[in-house]
Amino acid sequence: MLALYLRDVKLGFRAGSGALTGVLFFLAVVTVIPFGVGPDLNLLARIGPAILWIGALLASLLGLDRLFQADREDGSLDLLLGAQDRHMLALTVLVKCLAHWTTAVLPLVIVTPLLGLFMNVPPIGLAAAMLTLLIGTPAITFIGAVGAALTVALPRGGLLVSVIILPLTIPVLIFGVAASRGAVAEPDPFLPPFLILSALTLFFAVIGPAAAALSLRGAAD
Amino acid sequence: MNEKAVRRWTDIANPTRFLELAGSLLPWIWGAALLTLGAGLFMAFAAPEDYQQGTTVRIMYIHVPFAWLAMLCYTMMAASALGTLVWRHPLADVSLKSAAPIGAVFTALALATGSIWGKPMWGTWWVWDARLTSVFVLFLMYLGIIALTRALDEPSRSARAAAILTLVGFINIPIIKFSVDWWNTLHQPASVFRLDGPTIDPSMLWPLLICAIGFTLLFLALHLMAMRTEIWRRRVIAMRRLSARAAEMKPVEAAR
Repeated sequence: MLALYLRDVKLGFRAGSGALTGVLFFLAVVTVIPFGVGPDLNLLARIGPAILWIGALLASLLGLDRLFQADREDGSLDLLLGAQDRHMLALTVLVKCLAHWTTAVLPLVIVTPLLGLFMNVPPIGLAAAMLTLLIGTPAITFIGAVGAALTVALPRGGLLVSVIILPLTIPVLIFGVAASRGAVAEPDPFLPPFLILSALTLFFAVIGPAAAALSLRGAAD
Repeated sequence: MNEKAVRRWTDIANPTRFLELAGSLLPWIWGAALLTLGAGLFMAFAAPEDYQQGTTVRIMYIHVPFAWLAMLCYTMMAASALGTLVWRHPLADVSLKSAAPIGAVFTALALATGSIWGKPMWGTWWVWDARLTSVFVLFLMYLGIIALTRALDEPSRSARAAAILTLVGFINIPIIKFSVDWWNTLHQPASVFRLDGPTIDPSMLWPLLICAIGFTLLFLALHLMAMRTEIWRRRVIAMRRLSARAAEMKPVEAAR
């Protein structure tokens, strides 16, 4: 399992396309917003955490369709499926998700403070946005694994993955934004939405890989 | 008796039997649906006006059944998804695939009638409150399922994929149901299915229930028709493949 994780992480970083493109896309989305809503710093500070969350959500959708497709093309998916009597398939999917998260989503979380500065978010808001993204984005990857597994056999499933999983990620977005706003705006609490966000991540860490494994098995035979 | 019932149930699993049964039932269900709907709509117009809302309250008699059916249809699709995954019932997938567009239309109608009702009552076409948002998410889920079932043309493969997606999306149904209790929203809380009995006056409750039954029958009729069409479509595709294969074989045989 560790070997699989290291392999996927290496592939993700070395393939050149993955991590950097996601970060660039995130940057582009966040940069476009002030052009749309106007460069009013107060307004940007208020909607900043939400923009960061939406940007990160969209950017983390980018590489999802390749999660299993690349492995299917070079045949290693069949090997992983063949080894399911030794390693539970859901566990394999979980490890692949974690590797994908490390390579494609973690860089997004790391650049969040920089982009938050553009949005004029106060320091404590930056810390909150980063923390909520760190806790919440794995849930997006786990949900995305289901979409990726469902569309693994499709030649151009990329858009379909986003369409399928975006409605499911709405709860994550709601509580992530609520928590990061709660840290800045005084009357709103920070802890309750943050705990719900953590619960969502744990919940999808179970549901996502299990459903993805089920549909991968279905796609194979 | 019980064994007999089980055998009958497995008999329906045979698509040909199902086609026959559905074909003979359909006219009756259509008739019952139209009668109940006519009676329900008549009663809706005979029902008293609301003291605050005036005559716009009549939108309720179609809005509420649409919303109920949107959820009922998804619940049924989730049950079909279980049928596909657990029992590999051949009709479960047909049921899921043909119910999705109908459910999407009912959800869209619930949203549309709701916003037509909301404009005079709340002063706005749309608010992002919990109930409206979760129903909108339901609509998006229907569209996602439709997109997925249409993207894969191999029925057996698309069956599993759609079933898994439907089951994952089922999380949304309890959220819709309890959204008005969990969050303090503009949409009113439940007033019919409550533990302490309905809080709606009987003079409005009866037309509402009859309309709901009528729309449910209509849904049933549409669903059966769609299932029949889907079975026929699959047969036509299978026959086309057979004839294409036969046409390919012939020149080879002639060359021999």
